[in-house]
Amino acid sequence: MLEVRNVDAGYGSTVILQDVSLRVEEGEVVTIVGANGAGKTTTLRTVSGLVTPKTGGVFFEGEEISKLQPHDVVDRGITLIPEGRQLFPDMSVRENLLMGAHRRDARGVRSETLEEVLGLFPRLGERLDQHASSLSGGEQQMVAIARGMMARPRLLMFDEPSLGLAPIIVEQVFDVISKVAASGMTVLIVEQNVWHTLKAADRGYVLENGEMVLDDAADALIENDHVRQAYLGI
Amino acid sequence: MQTFLQIIANGLMLGGLFAIIAVGLTLIFGIVKVVNFAHGEFLMVGMYLTYLLTTGIGVHPYATAAAVVPILFVFGAVTQRLLIQPLMHARDEHIQIFATVGLSTALMNLALLIFGADIANTPNHGLRSQIHLGPVRILEGQLWIFLAAILLVTGLQLFLARTNTGRAIRATAQNRAAARLMGINDRFIYVLTFGIGAACVGFGSALIAPLYPTSPTIGTYFVLIAFVIVVLGGLGSIPGAFFGALIIGLVDALSGFYIGSDLREAVVFGIFLVILILKPSGLFGTRVSQSHVSP
Ligand SMILES: Nc1ncnc2c1ncn2[C@@H]1O[C@H](COP(=O)(O)OP(=O)(O)OP(=O)(O)O)[C@@H](O)[C@H]1O
Ligand SMILES: [Mg+2]
Repeated sequence: MLEVRNVDAGYGSTVILQDVSLRVEEGEVVTIVGANGAGKTTTLRTVSGLVTPKTGGVFFEGEEISKLQPHDVVDRGITLIPEGRQLFPDMSVRENLLMGAHRRDARGVRSETLEEVLGLFPRLGERLDQHASSLSGGEQQMVAIARGMMARPRLLMFDEPSLGLAPIIVEQVFDVISKVAASGMTVLIVEQNVWHTLKAADRGYVLENGEMVLDDAADALIENDHVRQAYLGI
Repeated sequence: MQTFLQIIANGLMLGGLFAIIAVGLTLIFGIVKVVNFAHGEFLMVGMYLTYLLTTGIGVHPYATAAAVVPILFVFGAVTQRLLIQPLMHARDEHIQIFATVGLSTALMNLALLIFGADIANTPNHGLRSQIHLGPVRILEGQLWIFLAAILLVTGLQLFLARTNTGRAIRATAQNRAAARLMGINDRFIYVLTFGIGAACVGFGSALIAPLYPTSPTIGTYFVLIAFVIVVLGGLGSIPGAFFGALIIGLVDALSGFYIGSDLREAVVFGIFLVILILKPSGLFGTRVSQSHVSP
């Protein structure tokens, strides 16, 4: 469904990603594991069209999308739930969620989608008319995820959804991600919480200094010595 | 008492006129984050268009809005697309300021070239006739401007609060990166917003031209006051611009009468400096981007 093929990418003249390739098949949950600054966010931003590859290409359902503007990538059905939530602070929770359904294919059915999404996040239903900035960190993360789902994407990408959250909230976030995955959604996820993520994923890639050094089934990566030492601390 | 009421009425009418000019300016500032120094020249262009259409085909000046508003919309949209947008990557914001100052000067000189320095009087079709409202007398045209300002401010607020496009405009202002991730075409939003801001002043032009003589420098006079109002009301706040305009209108009228008409502008700009020093965020905390109504 998604294929990143031999991509070099970065910011200005700085090259961050070098010859990065990865694939995500329909219905899969795939994770990218890597240290701080390895280029995980840059990879997701490249898929989203926020970063344009210098060489190589990004393909979605066989079509090249690496030259599209971010809003066109969203229209194709790829939604990124960004690192750090990035809500619209002066809008209500409801308006934030409606913004998620801005995409053409999602707009017409947004009331139905809202019902469905609120089923997954009952707490948000009680907070619909509050300003997003007045919510707790965990609630804000839930809004960010719910807003991403409002786009009814074909591929949903998560960037560090549990960053900075209390352990009990982290559990809830992973719970939601598992439910989303179980519903058949194709997921590409980047997480510092490597153990949790590999448990939830089908396959994983290991990114180090902008290069893919490993890829394997998630349970194989959990058994991998390098992964255990460098990322699981075992 | 009679005199005092008359001065208050004059001040409010003047405030309505200022509001109709300031609203577009504050919208462009609040969303596109560009200080449009050519805003006064947009007004000047609109007033000349009203003048030409009214004298050329003999229609009522208000009827020219049907043409002036869309023309100014396109004019504003093109300004954003061809002048501001290419400069958005220039990380130094001052370059955009130079660009709009340059546009302002260019338009003023173009008007001088075409129309000369003489003033152009738009036929007023009875809009300068006085009407009695209780104890006070005002010009019919002033009353229409005042009502139009209320209509414009309310309409714009509803548009921003309740429509999909309005919501996308606010989202882009609040968090541009996130807006792009929602599938919003941010460049289009900026072009659209600049167009709307210019269309607002175009709307104002058709109402103002019958009351004020048009000249190449007319924009300079009004836009300086509009800047004071935008700062007073809180940069980017549409209700702030409206109430700020009423306050400045009242200050202008009262100081003109009680202090002396030569000193009116000194008082207005004195207030401007005091606000900048004491409360740079303006009297109204809410920005355009903050207006929030549930659907
Ligand atoms: N906008 C930017 N401009 C320039 N350099 C950037 C920018 N964003 C990130 N970088 C650099 O690119 C490198 C990779 O960053 P990236 O955010 O992709 O890493 P990451 O794997 O997501 O790390 P983290 O775990 O900290 O989120 C880092 O060295 C970072 O400093
Ligand atoms: Mg990151």
